[in-house]
Amino acid sequence: MIYLDNAATTKVTEDVFEAMKPYFCENYANPSAVYSFAGKSMKAVDEARHEVASLIGAKDNEIYFTAGGSEADNWAIKAAAEANKDKGKHIITSTIEHHAVLHTCQYLEKQGFEVTYVGVDENGTIKLDELKAAIRPDTILITVMAANNEIGTIEPLKEIGAIAREHHILFHTDAVQAYGHIPLNVDELGIDMLSASGHKFHAPKGIGFLYIRNGVKIGSFVQGGAQERSRRAGTLNTSGIVGMGAAAKLAGEKLQENSKKEIALRDHLIERVLAEIPYSRLNGERVNRLPGNANFCFRFIEGESLLILLDQKGICASSGSACTSGSLDPSHVLLAIGLPHEIAHGSLRLTLSEDTTKEEIDFTVDELKKIVERLRSMSPLYEDFVKSGKQ
Amino acid sequence: MYSEKVMDHFNNPRNVGEIENPSGVGTVGNAKCGDIMRMYLDIDDNGVIKEAKFKTFGCGAAVATSSMATELVKGKTVREALEVTNKAVCEALDGLPPVKVHCSLLAEEAIHAALWDYAEKNHIVIEGLEKPVNDIEEKISEEENE
Repeated sequence: MIYLDNAATTKVTEDVFEAMKPYFCENYANPSAVYSFAGKSMKAVDEARHEVASLIGAKDNEIYFTAGGSEADNWAIKAAAEANKDKGKHIITSTIEHHAVLHTCQYLEKQGFEVTYVGVDENGTIKLDELKAAIRPDTILITVMAANNEIGTIEPLKEIGAIAREHHILFHTDAVQAYGHIPLNVDELGIDMLSASGHKFHAPKGIGFLYIRNGVKIGSFVQGGAQERSRRAGTLNTSGIVGMGAAAKLAGEKLQENSKKEIALRDHLIERVLAEIPYSRLNGERVNRLPGNANFCFRFIEGESLLILLDQKGICASSGSACTSGSLDPSHVLLAIGLPHEIAHGSLRLTLSEDTTKEEIDFTVDELKKIVERLRSMSPLYEDFVKSGKQ
Repeated sequence: MYSEKVMDHFNNPRNVGEIENPSGVGTVGNAKCGDIMRMYLDIDDNGVIKEAKFKTFGCGAAVATSSMATELVKGKTVREALEVTNKAVCEALDGLPPVKVHCSLLAEEAIHAALWDYAEKNHIVIEGLEKPVNDIEEKISEEENE
């Protein structure tokens, strides 16, 4: 099997799994308990919190563990809106956010908030002039993703952070795809809140965190016990937190090495596909993109068919076609960068990890060439194209 | 997600291709929703479908329903071909996931579009055949609204 869907989820690395193991059958105490048996668990949680915080230059007490990225996004946006609604009810986001952000913003619109969806250019980079123009006296929150999950484009966080600061507006970023993969520093980038998810960087599923800068006005999202300094109730997921801490530590140590390796392979993949498969295009910013992300469109064919045939060759990939999204419309991200529907339907996302090899990439491109050719040979769109003589 | 039959017809689609100078050809669907089917029919003087070919842009279910539809109409008379409904295509494939049922509607519509073209070319009226709509999604949403 060749796994090229690391943006969907990653493998838990052996070291991370080993670090987690003692917190199931041995140190199973509730970390919040008083007795000394719980002490080991709480110590492990504290150490993990430190690792997670260090990677983004945050203080330990600014990290709040959640059940994942979606919860962190929901919390940041809904609770910040609620806590600051006296100041205003206007929120700014982008058109290419993950659904965890977009649907949350749409929910708030129904609750009486106003949301401006700022557009992006053809590479998926947010239009900063539009962002500036969208700011109003009642704007309370800007939420823009650190890097796009589909097309990999890295957003200009530093510029957005500076704009937000200048206008005293809270800045939240969904860094689910970026954390552990590219350098991020909350102070340098002017970030007030940041969401991340463990399973995107080799920790297990079901654990994530929200960074909240000390002093930010925000309520709790999950009510209950006094865990997480009374801001996020629920018994701590000790093993998950320990796993995420171990994964954050590894990601930090190997950030440069891994990204260099992934970028080289990714560029090899992009160059081969664009050179060897006619009527293909790369989606997203060519240079300023996530190290492991490549996203293509192949004209005249449809994404789901492509995925099924790749799967038969043992290749795991994903697509932004309508058929894979469960709706009739293709990916909102591909439409936002200006692609027409019929081209957006033929998209393919391949996302690498540090374990991906050149042999795997070469095999994938070889198979992809054959599959695209096969699907085109049965496509009425390709038939029309050939007959029109535009080749 | 898909039945074995759907996967079989997707992997080994029957009757892919074109027919030169077909008796009838019809294209339905639109690129916006991600499915386009084109069906070619070769019909003899007795009104029997000798050959059926297709080309499809779309998902696994779209390819499989096109393939099955061509299999089902081959050897049938024009009148019998009209009875190849979306339900018949679905059943022959051992069912489709609910979100993919519209693909079988598209297959039925492709047959009708090819037959309509045949009728027009030969200046005949095929009883029970209505002028097919080009945009299947419009028809589906009309039906949903009813």
